[in-house]
Amino acid sequence: MEQLQTLNGVPLKKQIARALFKQKVRALLLIAPLLIFILITFVIPIADMLMRSIDNSIVSQTLPQTTTSLESWDPKTAQLPDEATYTALYNDLKQAVEQKNHTKLGTRLNYENSGMSSLFRKVGKDVSKMKEGVSYKEQFLAADKAWGDLNTWNLFKLYSPKYTDGYFLAALDMKKTPDGIQRLPESERIYLNLFARTIFMSLLITALCLVLGYPIAWLLANLPMRTSNLLMILVLLPFWTSLLVRTSAWKVLLQQQGVINDILVWLGVISHSGRLELINNQLGTLIAMTHILLPFMILPLYSVMRTIPPSYLRAAKSLGATDWTAFWRVYFPQTVAGIGAGAILTFILAIGYYITPELVGGTQGTFISNRIAYHISSSLNWGMAAALGTILLTLVLVLYWVYDKIVGIDKVKLG
Amino acid sequence: MKLKPIFAAVSIATFSSGLLAADMAKEMTIVSWGGAYSNSQIKAYHEPYMAANPGFKIINDESSNEAVAKLRAMAEAKNITWDLVDVEGPDSQRLCDEGLAMEMDFDKDLAPGKDGSTPTKDFGDSLINKCFIPQIVFSTTFGYRTDVPEWNGKKPEDLCAVFDTKTFPGKRSLEKRPKKNLEWALLCDGVPKEKLYEVLSTPEGVDKALAKLDTIKKDVLWWSAGAETPQRLADKEAVIGSTYNGRLFDVIEEKKQPVAMLWDYQIFDFDGWIVPAGLPEDRKARVLDFLKVSTDTQHLADQAKYISYGPARASSQPLVGKHATLGIEMAPHMPNNPANAKRYLVNNIEWWSNNEDEMNKKFEAWLAK
Repeated sequence: MEQLQTLNGVPLKKQIARALFKQKVRALLLIAPLLIFILITFVIPIADMLMRSIDNSIVSQTLPQTTTSLESWDPKTAQLPDEATYTALYNDLKQAVEQKNHTKLGTRLNYENSGMSSLFRKVGKDVSKMKEGVSYKEQFLAADKAWGDLNTWNLFKLYSPKYTDGYFLAALDMKKTPDGIQRLPESERIYLNLFARTIFMSLLITALCLVLGYPIAWLLANLPMRTSNLLMILVLLPFWTSLLVRTSAWKVLLQQQGVINDILVWLGVISHSGRLELINNQLGTLIAMTHILLPFMILPLYSVMRTIPPSYLRAAKSLGATDWTAFWRVYFPQTVAGIGAGAILTFILAIGYYITPELVGGTQGTFISNRIAYHISSSLNWGMAAALGTILLTLVLVLYWVYDKIVGIDKVKLG
Repeated sequence: MKLKPIFAAVSIATFSSGLLAADMAKEMTIVSWGGAYSNSQIKAYHEPYMAANPGFKIINDESSNEAVAKLRAMAEAKNITWDLVDVEGPDSQRLCDEGLAMEMDFDKDLAPGKDGSTPTKDFGDSLINKCFIPQIVFSTTFGYRTDVPEWNGKKPEDLCAVFDTKTFPGKRSLEKRPKKNLEWALLCDGVPKEKLYEVLSTPEGVDKALAKLDTIKKDVLWWSAGAETPQRLADKEAVIGSTYNGRLFDVIEEKKQPVAMLWDYQIFDFDGWIVPAGLPEDRKARVLDFLKVSTDTQHLADQAKYISYGPARASSQPLVGKHATLGIEMAPHMPNNPANAKRYLVNNIEWWSNNEDEMNKKFEAWLAK
């Protein structure tokens, strides 16, 4: 059969494909600025941060000869490495001290074993005093007994590879040992507990926001314009107020000598010595964060509810439904999309919250993000922060997937 | 023509100083803590230096509490925008270990004391590492309310009042980290000062300290910002609490609250400058010039006019005068005043740099229990 052709003799199929390709390129060019922007400021930094959670090149880069020499050493023999390894260590450290890298490695290894910081700080002086021709092993052992400790060498061997799962294990309250992976003693386990608490509290905050926000959104959508506008301002005003101001205001209200306790004592509901502890615990975090995140629930709910014609409810009732049936069977299903959007927005914001739990959470109301912040800005253990962040990100993605299965993400609507 | 040589001398002097100034950067970013502390530095160091160097400008940045992380990020991005950073002693150690701070040659880079002593001698123990140029001595210590009816007129006289909830009932405000709390707990559990870190280095020692803290755990409000304790004392939320001595001075002398100092076993710390490593030559020259002037005997003493922290130089201490606005003698409010420093500890940076991670884990696990 003869092929369809355009006027200038090109097959139609080709011509259409060409036109479509042009269209695609044009569309791509249109979104290119945004795409590049997201790539540079979002995707690459996150990927870089995630890489840090497994990166361990500092050990083999600072001690290249030692790590190679340790490959043939078997920790199971319970014997110290041989003279050749100590010589390699001397050569490596001499170089590291010249480039002032030895203390950096000390900081890194101190995350795993307490005491490495000092050992490496001190070795700078020790190495410069060591003589050639005498056994380096003896000189190292004389300089500090840690060099004759099997644990030190086990540590070097465990952390020789360029990549490590050490940070992830630590983030799950576990530790690498020569005998395999072990759980930390109970007195040092913190992260699993924190992850569980973060998720539980975030879910609770989302639920509270829904319970409180749903009726407000309904009022906003159904009251006459003038009243609902006033109500809207009451919702938006706190939304526009600084987070810190709102958190501090809660402090003033909730503390033991605060407004709420004062009023209750004055009313005689509680005695002066029996003032309620409303802040610096989980309750404080719950109250403050529910208040702060409430607008993120109300606004999507409101925009969905506005699109539901009031005549549906009237129709249901005129057909004999009770108030409850009309709400539950007719109105509520139409708001599910708004609930979906509000819930996911609130939950994702809550799970990464940092400043409010820090200020009002006391000891029981802090989140995993508070530990991430600690590792980023205080302990400088960015590998650990990255591992915790990766786990948190994975958790959110898993929850998102579950959410998609249950609610269906295509049903979520912002209006 | 008698004027000529003088004229020539003057013009040579201006010319040479002009040359020097041309080699130095025209502006400099100084990072500090903000608030009253930055203010004291601006008054005592920045303004006099800018007055002596017309055309030169200092930009103030208030990011010291995130300085360590930001300096590392800047070093990784190879774009260092800060010239001089105010940090606490332990942070300076971390920055020095990481190679993020420049190593100094104190006797060459700093001015000798007014009494002629070398900088190394004049600064003495406050030179905790090669990168750190100390300015002040501050301490973490306790303040208490003087009007608690439940105390029946008794006043805390030593550190262990903090752990004595029978005689001194009420909430305590303690910092939410193991450092300092563990030491205080052990001291009140009968461990002598000399043996503190020996005991803390054993797992049993840590358990002992946490067990002592357990006795007051339900009475403790934890703080993470230095301003929280003074606020809680003023609000009667807490009756006794630890914080930096300057914050307590502020609440007692400036805000006139019924609060008193409990100097017993205060823990000394140093705060000072570090220069980021890898500055270009002109900026480095400017920073070194600024440092030499502003850390001399007189300038360090001047800072104490504006805030109750003691100068780090021995030769500055006799020069500490009156507060610039309150007009009170500052010497009795200095943490290193002998009357206040009968019993004290010095922040053990070496021990904590090794053990902070581990202690932190144990402390957090204990808090969550």
